[in-house]
Amino acid sequence: MLSRVEKPARYIGCEEGSAAPEYTEGAVSWLLAYPDTYEIGLPNQGLQILNEILNERPDAVSERTYAPWTDLEAEMRAANLPLFSVETHRAAGEFDIIAFNLSSELVYTNLLNCLDLAHVPIRVADRTHEHPLVGAGGHATFNPEPLADFLDWVGIGDGEEIVGDVNEVVHAWKHSGSTDREEVLRQLSQIEGVYVPSLYDATFDGKKLLSIEPRFPEVPEIVEKRTVADLADWPYPKQQLVPLTEVVHDRLSVEVFRGCTRGCRFCQAGMITRPVRERPAEQVRTMIQEGLRRTGYDEVALTSLSTADFSGITEVVKATIEDDSMGCGDVSVSLPSLRVDAFTVGIAAELQRGRRSGLTFAPEAGTWRMRQVINKLITEEDLYASVEGAFSQGWRRVKLYFLTGLPTETDEDTLGIAELAKNCVAIGKKYNSGASVTVSVGGFVPKPFTPFQWFGQNTIEELNRKIYLLRDEVKKTKGVQMKWHDPAATFVEGMSSRGDRRLGAVIEQVWREGGTFQEWSEHFDVGRWNQAMEDHGLSVEWYTYRHREEDEVFPWDHLNAGLHKDFLWQDWRDALDEVGLEDCRWTPCYDCGACTGYGIEHVVASATPPAGGSQGTGQDLAKGHEVSVQLLARPVGAT
Amino acid sequence: MARVWERAIRKVQLPIAYSEGFSPRAKLSFGLALPTVFESAAEYVDITLEDTVEVDPLPEMLTNVMPEGIDVTGAIALTGKVESLQECVESTTWSLFVNSDPDELQAWAANVLAADELLVTRERKGKSRTDDVRPAILEIEIKPGQPEDVPAATAEVFAHLAAKPRALRPLELLEINPSGSTEEPSRTSVPSHFVLGRRIHQFIAPVGARRDPLAVGAAEASHDLSCAS
Repeated sequence: MLSRVEKPARYIGCEEGSAAPEYTEGAVSWLLAYPDTYEIGLPNQGLQILNEILNERPDAVSERTYAPWTDLEAEMRAANLPLFSVETHRAAGEFDIIAFNLSSELVYTNLLNCLDLAHVPIRVADRTHEHPLVGAGGHATFNPEPLADFLDWVGIGDGEEIVGDVNEVVHAWKHSGSTDREEVLRQLSQIEGVYVPSLYDATFDGKKLLSIEPRFPEVPEIVEKRTVADLADWPYPKQQLVPLTEVVHDRLSVEVFRGCTRGCRFCQAGMITRPVRERPAEQVRTMIQEGLRRTGYDEVALTSLSTADFSGITEVVKATIEDDSMGCGDVSVSLPSLRVDAFTVGIAAELQRGRRSGLTFAPEAGTWRMRQVINKLITEEDLYASVEGAFSQGWRRVKLYFLTGLPTETDEDTLGIAELAKNCVAIGKKYNSGASVTVSVGGFVPKPFTPFQWFGQNTIEELNRKIYLLRDEVKKTKGVQMKWHDPAATFVEGMSSRGDRRLGAVIEQVWREGGTFQEWSEHFDVGRWNQAMEDHGLSVEWYTYRHREEDEVFPWDHLNAGLHKDFLWQDWRDALDEVGLEDCRWTPCYDCGACTGYGIEHVVASATPPAGGSQGTGQDLAKGHEVSVQLLARPVGAT
Repeated sequence: MARVWERAIRKVQLPIAYSEGFSPRAKLSFGLALPTVFESAAEYVDITLEDTVEVDPLPEMLTNVMPEGIDVTGAIALTGKVESLQECVESTTWSLFVNSDPDELQAWAANVLAADELLVTRERKGKSRTDDVRPAILEIEIKPGQPEDVPAATAEVFAHLAAKPRALRPLELLEINPSGSTEEPSRTSVPSHFVLGRRIHQFIAPVGARRDPLAVGAAEASHDLSCAS
């Protein structure tokens, strides 16, 4: 069968670092599933971390699986072969738990397809004690309501501790001999960070959601997200997997911190992962060193939401590049999310000695007014200094990321993107006649637990209008290219992002009609989604394009990411007033709730704001000003 | 495969040479590409080093850091000008395990070998071209009976195929219709009776001597090297 499909190495496992787990008597078996292709799913750190943590437990075994591509799916269905794990090729239906990693809304139909291929009923209501408990985690599950009919349980927040607690509950239930599925679900609902959708009733009045309330007294009214207080306790993955075949990020990854306090208002990741928790620099160095030695990689990515903010960034980068203990050539370091400032370009120059093909910045919006609205407080001077730094130090291509369809956006803001690009390419031409700037534009999707959760998303037509307006303007400048995401896909993402459990029927219909791999343009079909909405009497306008009212009950109000709703509302009003908010790491606490609500603190090694531009801090840090701070600092080197 | 080798070489700290330029690449060159899903007992790679190293311990060192299923079975040192492996492989041998009637297979093989010419039509860059592939077929032998390590197969087709001037792919061979002309199967399609394929040898110059690259390299290590690994 494998000889007849594309890229069969996707399905055989055999990665360095992976091991077929030993099935011991009575252990709870997990299948961790990434509902997209192997190339995209394999590098996912979350899945690898949880897989290791579970396999270290004597009472658990864990394996992995990924969505089979359409060619293998056809073969599997023809031969009635179920979805299988990549390590031991065990049938998915034989596991006690199948847990999905959900990073985007567009993979929801793939989740249903994986369950169906596993021969597991897609709906919670149709499963018995003989079927696996189907769970999910990841950023998209901060609003799991569209999947409420399909998921037995949902892990909200950091998964490191949740999986252990879930394992204990399921282990005890399995050994009790109970066949009562609701019993184990009620027990799971007692775990901090675990939400069991079937134990809640959603009440609607016409289109409007009135409430989502627990059906049993012991089931929590509000499910709090789970937060790991200190990353130093979780130095995972210890055995990062090295695939045999090429994957999207084929390099070592070391997570240097979790959380972000810059407060960009469009950014859900920054909001829901607060507070900032830095990994001790010493541990970062050890993880890099051991990881490189073990894997043989010559590239390491230091991951986080804004790696240049890491307290020990300069020292860590220098140590990695200059450490010759590897004795096998140059190691290159990549920072996946660059800050827009000259300091960052300096680090980039340090670490990309050999390969200076392209550098990426994300100004996100075309005018200062717009950047104040979204709280991405970088000035034009910051951007030009960064771009000048990049071109003068040998880079030939600069890529700029922007969002369009932002709250209060006017055509002047949209066209401001072309203006920035034009000025950037002019700077580049001073150094290199072949200098080019690529503008990448994505349609903005308002997300739960952000200040923009009240905002009505731009329609497909409006996004298209803005994109073509911009394209026509950009065309006038030689050396500027433009790329953009399909606004129709942005629409589907937006619909699911803030949807309620009535969307489950829509997702199911799109899946039944063959709508899998929706984030792949060759498989995406917006017509299926519109038709399914219509067939179920649901309004696209109401779910996606409508501005929400202040007191509206959101489908995620019974979940808590730490952020107070009134803080978010105030931040939304500030956005409309074009008022920026400084980074709370270096200025007094705004009491958003993410720290105070859980009795935790930012964990950072340095009390000094990073050198560099003004981004997010609202301060001119370019000249090395130090800003007085109030925070709890952990001594450098302490673990 | 190149990435797997690069990582293994870094792990054992072999002083491999890198290309010049903006994106330096490790200097590795492989023999003829192995078709997807094939096993092999005969793969070769030339590794350009910046320094001399002791060769004897290398196979074991590299095998230890290679993924499961890749064993390094031998290594020799070459000096001087080395012709690329890709260019100097003259012919290859294959075990093709199939599930079909052994008598029919015997008849097919006899007809293929008896043919004066075997025309295969191939699509290349949008143009259709018909080639006679008969000269590329040096030997076919049908070994009936279930091979012990491939339980799903009923017979083995052993084939010796020329790599020059135009190679015949082993799966292409299985599709040949000796009594008519053959349309080239697409590169991803697999003959329905095919179970498993295994490359047994890659032979290099001198022509007809049927010697593998390590043997040639060892024999000629003291002479001028025209083509070896």
